[in-house]
Amino acid sequence: MDLWFSEFHTPSVKLAIQVSRQLYSGRSDFQQIDVFESPEFGRFLTLDGYMMLTQKDEFIYHEMMAHVPMCVHPDVRKVLVIGAGDGGVVRELVQYDCIEHIDVVEIDEEVVRIAKEYLPFTACGFDDPRVECHFEDGLKYVRHHENEYDLILVDSTDPFGPGEGLFTKEFYGNCYTALKEDGIMVNQNESPFYANDARAMQRAHKRIHTNFPICRVYQAHIPTYPSGHWLFGFASKKYHPVRDMRAAAWKELGIETKYYNTNLHRGAFALPNYVQKLLEAMEELPNNDTTNTLGGKS
Amino acid sequence: MDKDYLKRQNRAPIAEALEDYTSERVVPFDVPGHKHGRGNPELTEFLGERTMMLDVNSMKPLDNLCHPVSVIKEAEELAAEAFGARAAFFMVGGTTSSVQAMVFTVAARGDKIIVPRNVHRSVINAMVLCGAVPVYVDPGAHEQLGIALGMTPAAVEEAIAENPDAKAVFLNNPTYYGICSDLAGIVKLAHAHGMQVVVDEAHGTHLSFSDRLPVSAMSAGADMAAVSMHKSGGSLTQSAFLLVGGKTSDASGNDEGGEAAVNRAPQIDPAYVRQIINLTQTTSGSYLFLSSLDLSRKRLALHGKELFDKVIDMAEYARDEINNIGGYYAIGSELINGADIYDFDKTKLVIHTLPVGLAGIEVYDLLRDEYDIQMEFGDFGNCLAYLSVGDRIRDLERLVGALSEIRRHFGKEPLVSLPNSYIAPVVVLSPQEAFYADTEHVGFDSSVGRISAESIMCYPPGIPVLAPGERITEEVLEYLRFAQEKGCQITGAEDSSLQTIRVVK
Repeated sequence: MDLWFSEFHTPSVKLAIQVSRQLYSGRSDFQQIDVFESPEFGRFLTLDGYMMLTQKDEFIYHEMMAHVPMCVHPDVRKVLVIGAGDGGVVRELVQYDCIEHIDVVEIDEEVVRIAKEYLPFTACGFDDPRVECHFEDGLKYVRHHENEYDLILVDSTDPFGPGEGLFTKEFYGNCYTALKEDGIMVNQNESPFYANDARAMQRAHKRIHTNFPICRVYQAHIPTYPSGHWLFGFASKKYHPVRDMRAAAWKELGIETKYYNTNLHRGAFALPNYVQKLLEAMEELPNNDTTNTLGGKS
Repeated sequence: MDKDYLKRQNRAPIAEALEDYTSERVVPFDVPGHKHGRGNPELTEFLGERTMMLDVNSMKPLDNLCHPVSVIKEAEELAAEAFGARAAFFMVGGTTSSVQAMVFTVAARGDKIIVPRNVHRSVINAMVLCGAVPVYVDPGAHEQLGIALGMTPAAVEEAIAENPDAKAVFLNNPTYYGICSDLAGIVKLAHAHGMQVVVDEAHGTHLSFSDRLPVSAMSAGADMAAVSMHKSGGSLTQSAFLLVGGKTSDASGNDEGGEAAVNRAPQIDPAYVRQIINLTQTTSGSYLFLSSLDLSRKRLALHGKELFDKVIDMAEYARDEINNIGGYYAIGSELINGADIYDFDKTKLVIHTLPVGLAGIEVYDLLRDEYDIQMEFGDFGNCLAYLSVGDRIRDLERLVGALSEIRRHFGKEPLVSLPNSYIAPVVVLSPQEAFYADTEHVGFDSSVGRISAESIMCYPPGIPVLAPGERITEEVLEYLRFAQEKGCQITGAEDSSLQTIRVVK
């Protein structure tokens, strides 16, 4: 059988993965959810036709999202994870004994249900008693919390569709408020390579940059995402992602990882020139001028 | 509602005729000259082939907007049924054209119309065209919010007593801010004195489709209403309905309450209204507008109740969330006082911003410039989010999130609203006479006693202080100087610094 899943990465570039069978297909209130089995990548999850994770490369994304901030912040007790219905990020977090509570806010309960049924290799994170799931809009949830979290991980989809609100300035600002005075936020920051993704990456960076005193970007290589070159944002009120990393303390924890290590941590913040340029262009001060004229119709 | 109502309303005669037309592949040797878009490839690429295909002119199977006999006539009858009207007209010149048609229908040169002072410009402009004379009623203003309210029946009664020769009463239902007058009470009062009631329902399309909202003009027994289908109803910008209501046959019947409610106002003849509309409306009405009205009417008739239930619920949710942020005040039904706030349109999301130390217009600008959120408008004390059939709860989450951020980043000490005071205008000339009169510029301070040729408005509360044809009094002069000092925004004047003013020679 010659069955393929394909996804356009740009209007003229696409990635295709041969599928051995489709395990699930359904529509939730928010999106189309599909799970496939493939010879090369094992099981994979798509939302509205966009690749979310594959069994083969999901470890890269999830480790890089969770361990980078965990190696910097000295005392993470309470964590908020937004999105992440597959459970992969949570699976990484529950390896830390210092964490007392993890709130997971996922807008689409169906994603969690499907993940538990078909993607046990990521959904196993949900079994930990410290994890509490909230099925609501992340933007709404975070608005109602103040000075509460040590770490917020924004594991969003893309800046269109149900995940749109998680790329807005108001959302990042509300995250700032929800964090304690030494809190850290890490977000999925899109890719610098193709023009459309790069624009989304720049917009996200600009919006975070206006909200947080420390705002850096780091990279990882994720084969099934457009261009394979993916970025994360590290936004923090106090800790610098490299200068304040506690490599020795982290190693002592003895957490086993497939991708992440503390040398890679340092290196991940070293960005290609063209990426630096794209980011620096966004770091000029925002224009807060407002004209005092009547708006709209009168 | 009879059992065939839904079956009838499930039709969209104009849209269906257009579908047939496109499938017949007719060779067009008529206008428009783009000929299904082929003659203008760039525009076709921009708007889409389908749009260009539907941009056609009147022809036998598509009827004629000026003298409808087939599909437009049927569509108008369905619209009338959906809105509980005696007749409905498809309008393609915006709600402004509906408002004009109402004024032209009820008043000729020299006839008086009783209007609230905060009436929309389009009404005064219509009077410039037809020569009618406004009789103004103080709509009252809300001290804290700085917005104009609604006319009370008592105030209308007083105006009627002083102007028994007035032909009609004009109302907004609701205002931009969602404030409603006692429409049914005023209709009864006006009809008893032989006056017709015409209603600007530009912001009230949805009122006909929900029992959780204030009464609509047609339900209240008004004679005409201008309905902005494109505002809350979902049709294309510039499309609107003009509705004709009022009594059907019994000229002196009692109402259901047993109380004598004599209607001495003359009944409006739809055929005359058609003539009035044809005075100014285009003879090439756009079928994009017409079909958008047709399909939107169908949608509201079939699903209006649940659609607007959702809108109301979203607005109520957003109000609660905004009021929980602290500082902001999203106004709601608690304002209802049985008088100048007789009722409130719960779909209107009006946010009073002064308690967070920001003017409404500042919040409006911040939302757009910093958060990519476009509000409907901002005035001194408030900004307004227009909610309708196309809104989503997740977008409201963004609005609420952004408002809380704006408070955190930009909030200051609370501001207080600017002074409101109503100055009863002295109308000397009709708007038409003043508009066409010879005029001259004089020093503002030495203009007392002269007749203004300009319209001067003061925000807040958005009520005109002077309109063309009105005497400039000492009181007007003092108020404008005071308002200017206090930082009110003066609009409409040619010389916004108020050094000079244009007056009738």
